[in-house]
Amino acid sequence: MRYAGAEPVRLWHADRDLAGVDAVILPGGFSYGDYLRCGAIARFSPVMGELVPAARAGLPVLGICNGFQILCEAHLLPGALTRNADLRFIHADVRLTITGTRTPWTASFTDGQQLIVPVKNGEGAYVAAAGTLDELERSGQVIVRYADGAPNGSARDIAGIRNSEGNVVGLMPHPEHAIDPLTGPSADGLGFFASAVAAFAGAGAGA
Amino acid sequence: MSESDTVEVAASTPEAQQPYKELGLTEDEYQKIRDLLGRRPTAAELALYSVMWSEHCSYKSSKVHLRNLAPTAEQSGHLLAGIGANAGVVDIGQGYAVTFKIESHNHPSFVEPHQGAATGIGGIVRDILAMGARPIAVMDAIRFGPADAHDTARVLPGVVSGISFYGNCLGLPNIGGELAFDPCYAGNPLVNALCVGLMRHDDLKAAVATGTGNKVVLFGSRTGPDGVGGASVLASATFGDDGGKSAKRPSVQVGDPFMEKLLVECCLELYAADLIEGIQDLGAAGVACATTELAAGGDGGMSVDMDAIALRDPNLTPAEILMSESQERMMAVVRPDNVDAFMDVCRKWDVEAVVIGEVTDDGTLTMTWRGGTVVKIPPQTAADGPVYQRPLARPAGLDGLRAAGPEGLARPSAGPALRDTLLRLLGSPGLADKRWVTQQYDSRVRGNTVLAMPDDGGLVRIDEETGLGIALATDGNGRYCSLDPYQGTQLALAEAYRNVAMTGAVPVAVTNCLNFGSPEDPGVMWQLAEAVRGLADGCKTLGIPVTGGNVSLYNQTGTTAIHPTPVIGVLGVHSDVRRRLGAGLAGSDAQLVLLGTTRPEFGGSAWAEVAHQHLGGLPPAVDLGLEQRLAALVAAAADNGVLASAHDLSDGGLGIALAEACLHGGQGCSITLAGDSFTALFSESSGRALVSVAPGREADFVALARQHNVPATVIGVTGGSSLDVEGAFSVPLTELREVWSATLPAIFG
Repeated sequence: MRYAGAEPVRLWHADRDLAGVDAVILPGGFSYGDYLRCGAIARFSPVMGELVPAARAGLPVLGICNGFQILCEAHLLPGALTRNADLRFIHADVRLTITGTRTPWTASFTDGQQLIVPVKNGEGAYVAAAGTLDELERSGQVIVRYADGAPNGSARDIAGIRNSEGNVVGLMPHPEHAIDPLTGPSADGLGFFASAVAAFAGAGAGA
Repeated sequence: MSESDTVEVAASTPEAQQPYKELGLTEDEYQKIRDLLGRRPTAAELALYSVMWSEHCSYKSSKVHLRNLAPTAEQSGHLLAGIGANAGVVDIGQGYAVTFKIESHNHPSFVEPHQGAATGIGGIVRDILAMGARPIAVMDAIRFGPADAHDTARVLPGVVSGISFYGNCLGLPNIGGELAFDPCYAGNPLVNALCVGLMRHDDLKAAVATGTGNKVVLFGSRTGPDGVGGASVLASATFGDDGGKSAKRPSVQVGDPFMEKLLVECCLELYAADLIEGIQDLGAAGVACATTELAAGGDGGMSVDMDAIALRDPNLTPAEILMSESQERMMAVVRPDNVDAFMDVCRKWDVEAVVIGEVTDDGTLTMTWRGGTVVKIPPQTAADGPVYQRPLARPAGLDGLRAAGPEGLARPSAGPALRDTLLRLLGSPGLADKRWVTQQYDSRVRGNTVLAMPDDGGLVRIDEETGLGIALATDGNGRYCSLDPYQGTQLALAEAYRNVAMTGAVPVAVTNCLNFGSPEDPGVMWQLAEAVRGLADGCKTLGIPVTGGNVSLYNQTGTTAIHPTPVIGVLGVHSDVRRRLGAGLAGSDAQLVLLGTTRPEFGGSAWAEVAHQHLGGLPPAVDLGLEQRLAALVAAAADNGVLASAHDLSDGGLGIALAEACLHGGQGCSITLAGDSFTALFSESSGRALVSVAPGREADFVALARQHNVPATVIGVTGGSSLDVEGAFSVPLTELREVWSATLPAIFG
């Protein structure tokens, strides 16, 4: 967010307080060690008690990797993330295709735009009932796909989805590791954060 | 021994039989304990001495040789703390200091590969944490039996998943290391883990208990029955021919990386609030080691209430509590008026903490349990341990091995045969693409990783404003060391030094993990002594200190020891990571230059191994002066933007270095070889590197190389989609990649 020009504010898991932020990113990591099931314990964190209603009321929320898993566990997004197809953790730079720009996190991209962004996960295979997958596709809620096939066995090469309103986005790849070619494979990921910053600016101007 | 084996009971029952042999103590050592105490030890004291005097904790066989490393520290202006502390601390400028160390977890990783390797990462991370530093990266140097051996299919995937599971969860980038295969490691895999931490100069913490009346706090995980006797029985004895599968399984610890993450953040907050007087991590020998070392390092006394220790299993005896190697625990010395604030920080991080004792001035370590005194010893006697001057002798077969050199082995000379040899080497498990392993590691977490595998060294940014960074590499070559441990160790040192230099960094410090067979074998002791002498002399010549390390002995199955395998880690400082050099060819039309001198040197080489399964002769010569000039040249060239890439030459020589540079950069090249093509392609002469020059800067580089007195030969130019060797052969990059990347997935799935 700092690279994109916004001020990052840390939220503490045990606080019932969103500190008046314009948007929330649930980052990657291993909340509670991924014990039980990824994100299954973190969804009960006190801060989630504030986040869930705020997200339902339209707060832009981006979940990356473990954050995506938490959003699914919290039922802000449909489906679930399960063990990679080969049962091993995978870290690789992958090509992604943007397939949905009607979210505050992808608005600065163009449909069909390709990005190089790392994936790093052990449980990144997106699964959902066939009917849910069909509905996601039909309503344009699949917003990022693996361009060269899912490295983790994700259904229909899904790398990221949004909720029906568009304000909540979950992504398995890590755009925060693609903000500077010095420390990542590209700066392609910056667009996710720049999109949100542009959205606040728009919201501010309209208010 | 019964629950009531107090000091009083021990004094009144001198004839009671005690299981000292089962705990790994010799008869002489047991007698020495009795002499020191003036009575027989209690069961708890016997347990304490047995782990503290184990080879693993006391370095009793290696200490006399390790003393030779200490003088290397005196020559460095960079060192803030050296050997003896948990890990050395190196000044890297701009107010920053780093601490780094490499440690073995070989035996546990053979018995239970996943947990053994995982807790190897956890242990070295706590070592670094205990210095007051924030751990910022890890590396792993791992060695196995033949890649296609049945047991390697059990051990390797388990070790890799353990390192991946623990390091990734902990949020530490894994930025490099080594993967090697050799039949000598079939019954004794080597799992060496390195951690590096960052601090400000004044954050250095000491492992001492000072200030009478200060409280001793044990915090982190509860103490359980896992890893009881791991240091004494498991890590300090040879595996029997049953492969250690019978009695030793319960001795491997189980890791909880999430608890370690909480412990890391908790400790860093405690440091920042200045709530700690002294701190010690709990690793091998658990509470026994932490209490004796804190007490011995401080005012010399401590009293401990063992009933206060939070247990996972209430049935543990005092001896088991002392020996438990339950992971994710730390011990701190805290001023009484800071205890409440200390506990608040622990609560914030959901870390359990209990005051278990206090610092005293009576020179005695006293522990009570259920109303009786079960330990009452002078802590220094346990902390110091015995020192052995073990007999050493040049191994009987060494002269024969060295006489049977590679000179008579059939060598390829025609183009197609050279091509086949290159592909065969490139596809051999030790030189093939290691992504099957490294893809399981998160090298990017924390967002500061600039270079990681497959580059020559890992490079981490320290300061975003100035670009200050650190580079790290580890190297070892058991084959060279078995031919000549002195020279082989210097070759490992030279290679790690060179690898760090290839990033554009300046090497400043050394850590080492000495993996050897049984110290009770005079031949092994000779190898150890020679390796340490080689390291000490090498570091003196290079002018960089050894800041710490670890010794792992008894790496053998039955009477067959592993190759002597010192693994050397070198730390470098990079003045601006934005000017780093990668190993891959960075663009087309760049001049390719070979630095250094190539001689026909094939003893212990990858070619001799892969093509002939041959080990004999002498390893390549070492020229540390040339290594220094080469490193200085690359650093200067990186600073001036004269180079586009730099890759060191090591196993497999120029041929493999060219293939790797092409594959990493996705760029072909065309080269012309002078002299004997086989020697040019596959010799392993040290002190060499392959660089590509930034187009337009060719004259500048020639001048710079001349100024640094480094031989430089233009061998070709980058570009195209194949590796072309004029007049000999051409290999399309697609074919190179296929051969290189197919090997490990074909074996491990």
